[in-house]
Amino acid sequence: MRSLRVFSRGLVDENPVFRLLLGMCPALAVSTAAVNGLGMGLAAAAVLVASNILISLLRSVIPDKIRIPCYIVVIATFVTMVDLLMAAFVPDLHAVLGIFIPLIVVNCIVLQRAEAFASKNTVFMSALDGLGMGLGFTAALMILASVREIIGSGTFFGISVLPLAFEPMKLMVSPPGAFISLGLIIGLINYLKNRREAERGV
Amino acid sequence: MVSNLFAIFFGAILINNFVLTRFLGICPFLGVSKKIETAVGMSLAVIFVMTIASLATWGIQTYLLMPFNMLYLRTISFILVIAVLVQFVEMVMLKATPTLYQALGVYLPLITTNCAVLGVTLLNLNENYTLVQSLMHGFAGGVGFGLAIVVFAGIRERLDFAPIPKALEGFPIALIVAGLLSIAFSGFQGLL
Repeated sequence: MRSLRVFSRGLVDENPVFRLLLGMCPALAVSTAAVNGLGMGLAAAAVLVASNILISLLRSVIPDKIRIPCYIVVIATFVTMVDLLMAAFVPDLHAVLGIFIPLIVVNCIVLQRAEAFASKNTVFMSALDGLGMGLGFTAALMILASVREIIGSGTFFGISVLPLAFEPMKLMVSPPGAFISLGLIIGLINYLKNRREAERGV
Repeated sequence: MVSNLFAIFFGAILINNFVLTRFLGICPFLGVSKKIETAVGMSLAVIFVMTIASLATWGIQTYLLMPFNMLYLRTISFILVIAVLVQFVEMVMLKATPTLYQALGVYLPLITTNCAVLGVTLLNLNENYTLVQSLMHGFAGGVGFGLAIVVFAGIRERLDFAPIPKALEGFPIALIVAGLLSIAFSGFQGLL
């Protein structure tokens, strides 16, 4: 039961982007199209799971005082691996995501999970936590990217979904659109959460 | 040469602003922008770290990674150099300006995970900048970050007194304001 909760926590209650507000840079930068959001999310999820497992395995070996540099080296290693793998197998996506792949190293989610969870829990739980957080991050990126792609270019995964009469709002795929749509989505989530809590209270 | 540096300088501050156009350093941008004072302190620290980091990583890239054909180690080596630099800045600040150190609090060690710093070093590498160009890019990137965060802090100080729908209080309205600021900056697009 506990393992299920560990896994699902990252998806909804502690969603990295929408609730914890971590990892905003890649979320805002690559969410111009749904496919970019998916690629970025899965890359980050892979790094999260791998680094959570390794840090959990090493948790009794790593000295407390220099744990952060140790975590960063572990994370940077996996990021380099993901970076090279993506360059080899999905070069187009790799080119679009650009420096945001190596920048997974400084994505606050990865370090935060290492520090807050993997360093204190078993390997299995840490892997689940990494997977849940990674998929939560992917889901958030997908939602944001879908909204922006549909309104901004009238397409979804590159396929036209809106009638021709609809004039795509270029603003949504440009940088300002990222900030505004993420702000509105978080606002909507807060609104729904407040309403649910108010109903329960009454 | 000089006009090229000029282009890098204004490009990094106004046209490809690190925060508002490239989306680097969003965490401190949202986190430390509640007051102008802390925003100024934070941006000075970031300008300093970004300039020094550009210098240090340029050296590592040219004299270590390139000759030994180990460019794939760039992410690991750059992040370690940045972590050491931030630790150093932290120690200097604790001695020199304890009040500022207190005010920046948790965000100072977080400069390590400020993507603007690692971002600028990777961009320098991708653009094949020379030493002078790298230094200028690092410095201008920091100034661009500072400009955005200080302007943003000024707006947020007034936002405290504005009537805002309850669901949008806090981060959502901050993000929307950042979006409006980003629209303003996109006006510089055709400058160069």
